[in-house]
Amino acid sequence: MSTSEVAVLGVGMHPWGKWGRPFTEYGVVAARAALADAGIDWESVDLVVGGETVRNGYAGYVAGATFTQALGWNGASVATAYAACATGAQALDTARARILAGLSEVALVVGADTTPKGFLAPNAGERWDDPDWLRFRLLGMTNPAYFALYARRRMDLYGATAEDFAQVKVKNARHGLENPNARYRKEVSVDDVLSSAVVSDPLHLLDICATSDGAAAVVVASTEYAKKLGLDRPVRVSAVSTVAPTFPNTVMDMPNLSTDSSADGLPERTFKESIAHAAYEEAGISPEDVSLAEVYDLSTALELDWMEDLALCKRGEAESLLRAGETTIGGRIPVNPSGGLACFGEAVPAQALAQVCEVTWQLRGQATGRQVEGATVGITANQGLFGHGSSVLLSR
Amino acid sequence: MSASPAVEGWFTTGPEPTLLGSRCTTCATVYFPPVSGFCRNPACDGDEFETAELSRRGTVWSYTDAQYQPPAPYVARTDPYEPFALAAVELAEGITVLGQVADGYGVADLRVGAEVELVVEPLDDELVVWRWKPVTELGEEVEQ
Repeated sequence: MSTSEVAVLGVGMHPWGKWGRPFTEYGVVAARAALADAGIDWESVDLVVGGETVRNGYAGYVAGATFTQALGWNGASVATAYAACATGAQALDTARARILAGLSEVALVVGADTTPKGFLAPNAGERWDDPDWLRFRLLGMTNPAYFALYARRRMDLYGATAEDFAQVKVKNARHGLENPNARYRKEVSVDDVLSSAVVSDPLHLLDICATSDGAAAVVVASTEYAKKLGLDRPVRVSAVSTVAPTFPNTVMDMPNLSTDSSADGLPERTFKESIAHAAYEEAGISPEDVSLAEVYDLSTALELDWMEDLALCKRGEAESLLRAGETTIGGRIPVNPSGGLACFGEAVPAQALAQVCEVTWQLRGQATGRQVEGATVGITANQGLFGHGSSVLLSR
Repeated sequence: MSASPAVEGWFTTGPEPTLLGSRCTTCATVYFPPVSGFCRNPACDGDEFETAELSRRGTVWSYTDAQYQPPAPYVARTDPYEPFALAAVELAEGITVLGQVADGYGVADLRVGAEVELVVEPLDDELVVWRWKPVTELGEEVEQ
């Protein structure tokens, strides 16, 4: 066991949905579930790291303290992270670093969100110096339009088809059928996807994830502390990657209007490749060792990109793995056994932590109805607006 | 054209419009949109830039469209809303730049690797913006 690992004592979630309640409530439900799962009482937590959302005023009431107050002020140290969709990984990394430094003993990491309906839109006002505002004002460039650019490239370069993308949805819908925290638990057919409205060509409505309310929480501690609790073989956080791109960032990224110049040559890895690479390097784990992956399927086609970015297959080969059933539970490398965003929808500051919850259940053999048999290593991947990488490697 | 550029200093509006980038006077790295302050090349400590006119033509990196009206601050030009196409275009300077596709063209007129050129068209009643227009081969007729 590496000395740079921390133990996952407990995980918990509030089910994803459109519940219309304050985000703090969801966070408390998830936190209490994680504490109960850990067998730890709230008074033992000496660090709370909150993943914040920008949609609830005052930057999610500056999340760390808001969750702490809602759980009952217990004098814990607090920290707050914000990295758009990568928020949860940064929050977990903060907790891990303080534990490994010996500055904290037991940390509770919580992310929760209440989302609006429809397209995610930028902050209001005339914001001519904000790229996230400008892409809507100048171009009408929504999030699905970026997803569609990536999808179209797969079609024109690798021969992907709309049926392939639909098949990702069919697979994930099936994976999530019995997941009690999933918002959508219904079989979907290829025809359902292809007959849903086109949002941004070539992506249909059912290719694109919804926005959801939800919360996820993780309790982490040192491996010594876990041993004292009698946990001889806890799930361990083996790596957390929160890297930014390396210049030049030559692949179009949301919410940018342009890329850096590749005139002086391409970087060794694209940004998304570097996210996973950093996690593998830190853990000393190679892609061949991975039992399952939870990736950020904002669109069906994006799941295929992630498989290649995580080096689970070579560039351009994701469709053939999908078609062969290798990414389905029971296949060689199941992707999104939780059902992914296809079944959850996106609850931004909670999503990277929800991935960690799922991998933890999988590695413990507790993923009822969606278990990847014999799973020992799981990787998560995700990317936040403006250059925030997020990948967590968990082992058992 | 009497309307003014949506963002001053990002593109010219003459008969052969170009995007205007910034070239670092120390390392020659080119940026679009224009930058000021410090060069973003981590190996360069430059802080002065000159204006660089970017190539008027490029190749399509990828493309899509917006079948649903985007949320504000997007302003629809017609009521009811009419979908428009979008393209990410690679320029000789090594920069990929997003833009709407010129009026009258849709995804059926595009493919990855196709050549497009820069045009300037109305964004709304007051402003103009850059757009990418498919370049047809010599001798081809454009049906519009």
